[in-house]
Amino acid sequence: MKSRLRFTLQLSFTLLVCLFMIVPVAMSVMAGLTENYFVGLESGLTLRWVNEVWQLYADTIWLSIKLAIACLLITILIGVPAAYGLLRSRRRWANAIEELLLLPVAVPGLATALALLLAYGSYREFRGSWLFILVGHVLFTLPFMVRAVLSVMQTAKLPQLEEAAASLGAGFRQRFFGVVIPNSMSGILAGALMVVTLSIGEFNITWMLHTPLTKTLPVGLADSYASMRLEIGSAYTLIFLVMVVPLLVAIQWAGKLTQQRD
Amino acid sequence: MTAASKQPSGAASYFRRQSASVGPARRKRLIALLALMPALVIFCAFWLLPFSRLIVMGAEADRSSGISAYLTILTHRQYLISLVTTVGISLVVSITAVAIAGVAGFFLARHRFFGKAALVAILTFPLAFPGVVVGFLVIMLGGRQGALAQTSLWLFGERWMFAYSLAGLFIGYLYFSIPRVITTVMAACDNLDKSLEEAARSLGANTWQVTKDVIVPGIAPALLSTGAICFATSMGAFGTAFTLGTRLSILPLNIYGEFTNYANFAMAAALSVVLGVITWMALSLARRLAGGNLGASV
Repeated sequence: MKSRLRFTLQLSFTLLVCLFMIVPVAMSVMAGLTENYFVGLESGLTLRWVNEVWQLYADTIWLSIKLAIACLLITILIGVPAAYGLLRSRRRWANAIEELLLLPVAVPGLATALALLLAYGSYREFRGSWLFILVGHVLFTLPFMVRAVLSVMQTAKLPQLEEAAASLGAGFRQRFFGVVIPNSMSGILAGALMVVTLSIGEFNITWMLHTPLTKTLPVGLADSYASMRLEIGSAYTLIFLVMVVPLLVAIQWAGKLTQQRD
Repeated sequence: MTAASKQPSGAASYFRRQSASVGPARRKRLIALLALMPALVIFCAFWLLPFSRLIVMGAEADRSSGISAYLTILTHRQYLISLVTTVGISLVVSITAVAIAGVAGFFLARHRFFGKAALVAILTFPLAFPGVVVGFLVIMLGGRQGALAQTSLWLFGERWMFAYSLAGLFIGYLYFSIPRVITTVMAACDNLDKSLEEAARSLGANTWQVTKDVIVPGIAPALLSTGAICFATSMGAFGTAFTLGTRLSILPLNIYGEFTNYANFAMAAALSVVLGVITWMALSLARRLAGGNLGASV
């Protein structure tokens, strides 16, 4: 009886926390789909605001997608070899280098962006292009790729597998592309999902680095929250959620996939 | 005869193996260095160098006081107050989030019931919301047309709102902290040895004693570590504060203001470095305690 009561109490508490998390999201989704938020649902449901957001901000959405893909390619190209390098380095060195690469995550994005601006802001062409933002995103997401790939490499018994391949006469290139990469695939996938999600949602660095011509989705969101009516901000948020929630589901799924391999 | 002829060849192959393993060892280290090179070059060129310059720049003279910006932070009330406010609100948020999400996370880890997966999903998905979105959600709750304002208007005929004050900031920080704590606590509870609890119970401990003496000490490192992550995230949360558009004096808004409104680069740099050192220390502590979690900032 007593444990029944305790269960109910704890469940109600947990449900309250859930309400706190979900109510504002639900309100925002509703606001993005109602004709007039101040009148309420009676004014009718509409896609008008979503449409209007698309007219106003489509370029920010495309830029965010372009940035995320470019960021993903770069983090794979430099992050996967880096993880392999860490795996093959001496412990102490590997720890120190990992600590260094983590700094752009450990330090607030505002500080990283400021450092970039003060160092490279005077190169007008670079400053004005989307590549400037890309640099910030790569710095910020690289540790997540390296960490995800490295943790899979460590559990995959790579040194033994590589030794076996080497004893059969495989050269380094063959070993790297035939043994290392296929065995780290689940880590690369997990890292890739993380990188894309973080890049699409990145605001702190991007806000400092953007120009009127290089606005990303979160920058556009801040813009619409400050200057547009509530329905437009909400509809824009809805578009963002539609883009990000599938990625989150995929991240959880990939997490389960790597856990099963252990 | 055969034994004698075998021995030298054995020794030769031994030496050959030795020299062969020295070669590959050096080669392996070279390959490791080469593999790390692109990432390190990009890191040094675009982060280490610029940030070192930022550290130096912070020592330059501040625009208004004329003395080194680092010293100005320590000697001017305005900056000290903002530093204390930021640290204070981040601490309070972390403790509150750990308390709330600790209870909920422990409950979810220890019970199976219909609909649990949905609750876990609701509690963890906001993990990827950027700070700006969290700020907007706070406006949805406590802004001029928010849930609270509408309810109070209907009940009492006046608009209550909290979004544009420290309370709004607190709610926003709490919002992005709770999912972080929940995931960590659930993982820690899964790793906790259940037999300890059963042993304590069989020795006559009641639920409160089991919680106090077995469970909380058992997951204490995880709680501390996730608390430190929440602290660091709150310290640097620019997006949320920016969306709430407050004139509150907290470090991220100060840095932004000094840079864009006053072009006071030395002060912006000094404040960024101070903020960076604080969050870096908090996250190092978190990783030393638990390892694994990188703690993304919002």
